[in-house]
Amino acid sequence: MEITLYHILFLSTALFFIGIYGLFTRRNMITMLMAIELILNSVNINFVAFNKYLYPENLDGVFFVIFIIAIAAAEAAVAIAIIINLYRSHKTIDVESTEEMKF
Amino acid sequence: MSLPLGGEIKERGSMTANDFIFYLLAAFILLNGILAMTTKKIFRSAIFLLFTLIGVAGIYFWMHMEFIAAVQIIVYVGGIVVLIIFSIFLTQQAGMEMPKPTSRRTIFSILSVVTGFSLTYLLINQHTFPANSNEVINVSPNNIGEQMLDYEKTGFALPFEVISILLLAAMVGCIVIAMKKEEVSKKDITETIK
Repeated sequence: MEITLYHILFLSTALFFIGIYGLFTRRNMITMLMAIELILNSVNINFVAFNKYLYPENLDGVFFVIFIIAIAAAEAAVAIAIIINLYRSHKTIDVESTEEMKF
Repeated sequence: MSLPLGGEIKERGSMTANDFIFYLLAAFILLNGILAMTTKKIFRSAIFLLFTLIGVAGIYFWMHMEFIAAVQIIVYVGGIVVLIIFSIFLTQQAGMEMPKPTSRRTIFSILSVVTGFSLTYLLINQHTFPANSNEVINVSPNNIGEQMLDYEKTGFALPFEVISILLLAAMVGCIVIAMKKEEVSKKDITETIK
Protein backbone atom coordinates (compact mmCIF):
# COMPACT_ATOMS: atom_id res chain seq x y z
CA MET A 1 0.00 0.00 0.00
CA GLU A 2 2.03 2.89 -1.29
CA ILE A 3 0.83 6.46 -0.74
CA THR A 4 0.01 7.83 -4.19
CA LEU A 5 -1.00 11.26 -5.40
CA TYR A 6 -4.63 10.13 -5.12
CA HIS A 7 -4.35 9.74 -1.34
CA ILE A 8 -3.09 13.28 -0.96
CA LEU A 9 -5.77 14.61 -3.32
CA PHE A 10 -8.39 12.79 -1.20
CA LEU A 11 -7.05 14.57 1.89
CA SER A 12 -7.05 18.01 0.28
CA THR A 13 -10.52 17.52 -1.26
CA ALA A 14 -11.92 16.47 2.12
CA LEU A 15 -10.31 19.47 3.82
CA PHE A 16 -11.70 21.79 1.12
CA PHE A 17 -15.24 20.55 1.61
CA ILE A 18 -14.96 20.73 5.40
CA GLY A 19 -14.11 24.40 4.89
CA ILE A 20 -17.07 24.81 2.53
CA TYR A 21 -19.34 23.24 5.16
CA GLY A 22 -18.11 25.73 7.75
CA LEU A 23 -18.66 28.60 5.32
CA PHE A 24 -22.25 27.44 4.74
CA THR A 25 -23.30 26.82 8.33
CA ARG A 26 -21.41 29.43 10.36
CA ARG A 27 -22.83 32.93 10.65
CA ASN A 28 -20.05 34.51 12.69
CA MET A 29 -17.52 36.47 10.63
CA ILE A 30 -14.44 35.19 12.47
CA THR A 31 -15.45 31.55 12.01
CA MET A 32 -16.18 32.20 8.35
CA LEU A 33 -12.66 33.61 8.06
CA MET A 34 -11.34 30.39 9.65
CA ALA A 35 -13.25 28.36 7.04
CA ILE A 36 -11.58 30.40 4.29
CA GLU A 37 -8.17 29.66 5.83
CA LEU A 38 -8.96 25.93 5.72
CA ILE A 39 -9.91 26.18 2.04
CA LEU A 40 -6.69 28.04 1.21
CA ASN A 41 -4.67 25.39 3.06
CA SER A 42 -6.24 22.57 1.08
CA VAL A 43 -5.32 24.38 -2.14
CA ASN A 44 -1.74 24.70 -0.88
CA ILE A 45 -1.54 20.96 -0.20
CA ASN A 46 -2.65 20.37 -3.79
CA PHE A 47 0.04 22.66 -5.20
CA VAL A 48 2.82 21.04 -3.18
CA ALA A 49 1.62 17.51 -4.01
CA PHE A 50 1.46 18.22 -7.76
CA ASN A 51 4.92 19.75 -7.63
CA LYS A 52 6.31 16.79 -5.70
CA TYR A 53 4.68 13.96 -7.64
CA LEU A 54 4.22 15.20 -11.21
CA TYR A 55 6.89 17.88 -11.85
CA PRO A 56 9.76 17.25 -9.44
CA GLU A 57 12.17 18.99 -11.85
CA ASN A 58 10.47 22.37 -11.28
CA LEU A 59 9.82 24.59 -8.28
CA ASP A 60 6.69 26.35 -9.60
CA GLY A 61 4.28 24.78 -7.09
CA VAL A 62 6.46 25.95 -4.21
CA PHE A 63 6.36 29.53 -5.49
CA PHE A 64 2.59 29.43 -5.89
CA VAL A 65 2.27 28.23 -2.30
CA ILE A 66 4.55 30.98 -1.01
CA PHE A 67 2.57 33.67 -2.85
CA ILE A 68 -0.77 32.20 -1.70
CA ILE A 69 0.43 32.24 1.92
CA ALA A 70 1.52 35.89 1.57
CA ILE A 71 -1.83 36.90 0.06
CA ALA A 72 -3.73 34.90 2.72
CA ALA A 73 -1.85 36.76 5.46
CA ALA A 74 -2.72 40.14 3.89
CA GLU A 75 -6.34 39.03 3.43
CA ALA A 76 -6.67 37.87 7.05
CA ALA A 77 -5.23 41.17 8.34
CA VAL A 78 -7.63 43.28 6.24
CA ALA A 79 -10.59 41.05 7.18
CA ILE A 80 -9.84 41.35 10.89
CA ALA A 81 -9.49 45.14 10.60
CA ILE A 82 -12.91 45.24 8.93
CA ILE A 83 -14.39 42.92 11.61
CA ILE A 84 -13.06 45.09 14.45
CA ASN A 85 -14.39 48.24 12.79
CA LEU A 86 -17.76 46.57 12.25
CA TYR A 87 -17.90 45.48 15.88
CA ARG A 88 -17.22 49.05 16.95
CA SER A 89 -20.16 50.42 14.97
CA HIS A 90 -22.69 47.54 15.25
CA LYS A 91 -21.66 45.73 18.49
CA THR A 92 -21.98 42.41 16.62
CA ILE A 93 -20.10 40.44 13.98
CA ASP A 94 -22.96 38.21 12.94
CA VAL A 95 -23.59 38.44 9.20
CA GLU A 96 -27.37 38.15 9.71
CA SER A 97 -27.61 41.31 11.79
CA THR A 98 -25.46 43.55 9.56
CA GLU A 99 -27.74 43.94 6.59
CA GLU A 100 -28.00 47.65 5.87
CA MET A 101 -26.34 47.21 2.49
CA LYS A 102 -28.55 44.26 1.56
CA PHE A 103 -31.07 46.12 -0.60
CA MET B 1 0.53 5.41 -10.71
CA SER B 2 2.59 4.89 -7.62
CA LEU B 3 5.62 6.87 -6.69
CA PRO B 4 7.73 5.81 -3.72
CA LEU B 5 8.70 8.78 -1.65
CA GLY B 6 11.70 7.56 0.24
CA GLY B 7 13.45 6.28 -2.87
CA GLU B 8 13.41 2.56 -2.24
CA ILE B 9 10.51 0.49 -3.56
CA LYS B 10 8.50 -1.11 -0.79
CA GLU B 11 6.73 -4.42 -0.89
CA ARG B 12 3.07 -4.09 -1.84
CA GLY B 13 0.46 -5.04 0.71
CA SER B 14 2.45 -4.14 3.78
CA MET B 15 2.06 -0.86 5.61
CA THR B 16 5.34 0.92 6.15
CA ALA B 17 6.07 3.54 8.76
CA ASN B 18 6.01 6.19 6.04
CA ASP B 19 2.44 5.27 5.06
CA PHE B 20 1.40 5.02 8.68
CA ILE B 21 2.65 8.56 9.37
CA PHE B 22 0.67 9.85 6.39
CA TYR B 23 -2.56 8.19 7.57
CA LEU B 24 -1.99 9.48 11.09
CA LEU B 25 -1.43 13.04 9.84
CA ALA B 26 -4.44 12.88 7.50
CA ALA B 27 -6.73 11.63 10.29
CA PHE B 28 -5.38 14.35 12.61
CA ILE B 29 -6.00 17.07 10.02
CA LEU B 30 -9.50 15.95 9.08
CA LEU B 31 -10.62 15.35 12.68
CA ASN B 32 -9.40 18.75 13.84
CA GLY B 33 -10.85 20.41 10.73
CA ILE B 34 -14.30 18.90 11.38
CA LEU B 35 -14.12 19.90 15.06
CA ALA B 36 -13.02 23.44 14.14
CA MET B 37 -16.04 23.83 11.87
CA THR B 38 -18.63 22.26 14.18
CA THR B 39 -17.70 23.13 17.77
CA LYS B 40 -19.97 25.61 19.56
CA LYS B 41 -17.41 27.77 21.34
CA ILE B 42 -15.49 30.13 19.10
CA PHE B 43 -12.25 30.00 21.08
CA ARG B 44 -12.15 26.20 20.86
CA SER B 45 -12.76 26.52 17.15
CA ALA B 46 -9.64 28.71 16.86
CA ILE B 47 -7.56 26.16 18.82
CA PHE B 48 -8.74 23.29 16.60
CA LEU B 49 -7.86 25.41 13.56
CA LEU B 50 -4.38 25.82 15.05
CA PHE B 51 -3.99 22.02 15.29
CA THR B 52 -5.24 21.61 11.71
CA LEU B 53 -2.63 24.07 10.45
CA ILE B 54 0.11 22.26 12.39
CA GLY B 55 -1.04 19.00 10.80
CA VAL B 56 -0.82 20.58 7.33
CA ALA B 57 2.74 21.66 8.18
CA GLY B 58 3.40 18.04 9.12
CA ILE B 59 2.14 16.95 5.69
CA TYR B 60 4.65 19.36 4.10
CA PHE B 61 7.42 17.87 6.24
CA TRP B 62 6.26 14.41 5.16
CA MET B 63 6.59 15.47 1.51
CA HIS B 64 10.14 16.74 2.19
CA MET B 65 9.20 20.39 1.63
CA GLU B 66 10.89 21.71 4.75
CA PHE B 67 10.94 25.35 3.68
CA ILE B 68 7.20 25.43 2.96
CA ALA B 69 6.52 23.71 6.28
CA ALA B 70 8.57 26.33 8.12
CA VAL B 71 6.76 29.14 6.30
CA GLN B 72 3.42 27.50 7.14
CA ILE B 73 4.28 27.34 10.85
CA ILE B 74 5.65 30.88 10.99
CA VAL B 75 2.91 32.61 8.99
CA TYR B 76 -0.21 30.56 9.77
CA VAL B 77 0.40 29.19 13.25
CA GLY B 78 2.44 32.12 14.51
CA GLY B 79 0.68 34.90 12.66
CA ILE B 80 -2.83 34.33 11.42
CA VAL B 81 -4.10 32.18 14.31
CA VAL B 82 -2.72 34.64 16.86
CA LEU B 83 -4.45 37.45 14.93
CA ILE B 84 -7.72 35.48 14.95
CA ILE B 85 -7.45 34.78 18.70
CA PHE B 86 -6.81 38.46 19.39
CA SER B 87 -9.83 39.48 17.36
CA ILE B 88 -11.93 36.91 19.28
CA PHE B 89 -10.81 38.55 22.52
CA LEU B 90 -11.67 41.98 21.15
CA THR B 91 -15.11 41.13 19.83
CA GLN B 92 -16.56 38.17 21.79
CA GLN B 93 -17.40 37.45 25.39
CA ALA B 94 -15.13 34.59 26.46
CA GLY B 95 -16.86 31.22 26.72
CA MET B 96 -20.00 32.41 24.94
CA GLU B 97 -21.68 29.74 22.85
CA MET B 98 -22.55 30.49 19.26
CA PRO B 99 -26.17 29.98 18.19
CA LYS B 100 -26.82 26.67 16.50
CA PRO B 101 -27.50 26.82 12.75
CA THR B 102 -31.02 25.89 11.77
CA SER B 103 -31.45 22.19 11.04
CA ARG B 104 -32.65 22.96 7.51
CA ARG B 105 -29.43 24.82 6.77
CA THR B 106 -27.32 22.04 8.31
CA ILE B 107 -29.04 19.32 6.30
CA PHE B 108 -28.71 21.16 3.00
CA SER B 109 -25.07 22.08 3.73
CA ILE B 110 -24.19 18.46 4.46
CA LEU B 111 -26.05 17.35 1.35
CA SER B 112 -24.28 19.82 -0.94
CA VAL B 113 -20.87 19.19 0.64
CA VAL B 114 -21.17 15.40 0.32
CA THR B 115 -22.37 15.73 -3.28
CA GLY B 116 -19.55 18.10 -4.15
CA PHE B 117 -16.96 15.89 -2.48
CA SER B 118 -18.10 12.72 -4.21
CA LEU B 119 -18.29 14.41 -7.62
CA THR B 120 -14.82 15.92 -7.23
CA TYR B 121 -13.26 12.72 -5.99
CA LEU B 122 -14.93 10.73 -8.78
CA LEU B 123 -13.34 13.11 -11.30
CA ILE B 124 -9.93 12.82 -9.64
CA ASN B 125 -10.15 9.03 -9.51
CA GLN B 126 -10.96 8.71 -13.20
CA HIS B 127 -8.19 11.06 -14.26
CA THR B 128 -4.81 9.52 -14.97
CA PHE B 129 -1.96 11.88 -14.29
CA PRO B 130 0.96 11.96 -16.73
CA ALA B 131 4.15 10.22 -15.73
CA ASN B 132 6.80 12.42 -14.23
CA SER B 133 10.39 12.82 -15.28
CA ASN B 134 13.10 11.24 -13.20
CA GLU B 135 15.02 14.46 -12.70
CA VAL B 136 14.48 15.78 -9.16
CA ILE B 137 15.41 19.30 -8.15
CA ASN B 138 16.77 20.02 -4.70
CA VAL B 139 14.10 21.97 -2.77
CA SER B 140 16.51 23.90 -0.59
CA PRO B 141 15.99 27.52 0.50
CA ASN B 142 19.05 28.34 -1.62
CA ASN B 143 17.42 27.12 -4.81
CA ILE B 144 14.07 28.71 -3.95
CA GLY B 145 15.65 32.09 -3.21
CA GLU B 146 17.78 32.01 -6.33
CA GLN B 147 14.86 31.27 -8.61
CA MET B 148 12.55 33.72 -6.84
CA LEU B 149 14.87 36.69 -7.31
CA ASP B 150 15.88 35.67 -10.82
CA TYR B 151 14.72 38.08 -13.51
CA GLU B 152 15.30 35.69 -16.41
CA LYS B 153 12.53 33.70 -18.07
CA THR B 154 11.98 31.18 -15.25
CA GLY B 155 12.38 33.67 -12.41
CA PHE B 156 9.70 35.07 -10.12
CA ALA B 157 11.06 38.57 -9.52
CA LEU B 158 7.97 40.41 -10.83
CA PRO B 159 5.40 38.52 -8.69
CA PHE B 160 7.73 38.98 -5.72
CA GLU B 161 7.69 42.77 -6.22
CA VAL B 162 3.91 42.77 -6.76
CA ILE B 163 3.42 40.84 -3.50
CA SER B 164 5.58 43.32 -1.62
CA ILE B 165 3.47 46.23 -2.92
CA LEU B 166 0.30 44.30 -2.00
CA LEU B 167 1.53 43.68 1.54
CA LEU B 168 2.38 47.37 1.97
CA ALA B 169 -1.05 48.40 0.65
CA ALA B 170 -2.77 45.87 2.94
CA MET B 171 -0.82 47.15 5.96
CA VAL B 172 -1.71 50.78 5.26
CA GLY B 173 -5.32 49.76 4.57
CA CYS B 174 -5.61 47.84 7.85
CA ILE B 175 -4.30 50.77 9.85
CA VAL B 176 -6.70 53.18 8.14
CA ILE B 177 -9.72 50.87 8.55
CA ALA B 178 -9.10 49.98 12.19
CA MET B 179 -8.17 53.53 13.24
CA LYS B 180 -10.42 55.17 15.83
CA LYS B 181 -12.51 57.79 14.07
CA GLU B 182 -13.40 59.87 17.18
CA GLU B 183 -9.87 60.98 17.92
CA VAL B 184 -8.70 61.49 14.40
CA SER B 185 -10.57 63.71 12.00
CA LYS B 186 -11.11 62.76 8.39
CA LYS B 187 -8.57 65.30 7.19
CA ASP B 188 -5.83 63.74 9.30
CA ILE B 189 -6.56 60.28 7.86
CA THR B 190 -6.18 61.48 4.28
CA GLU B 191 -2.98 63.22 5.25
CA THR B 192 -1.69 59.99 6.78
CA ILE B 193 -2.33 58.13 3.55
CA LYS B 194 -0.41 60.75 1.60
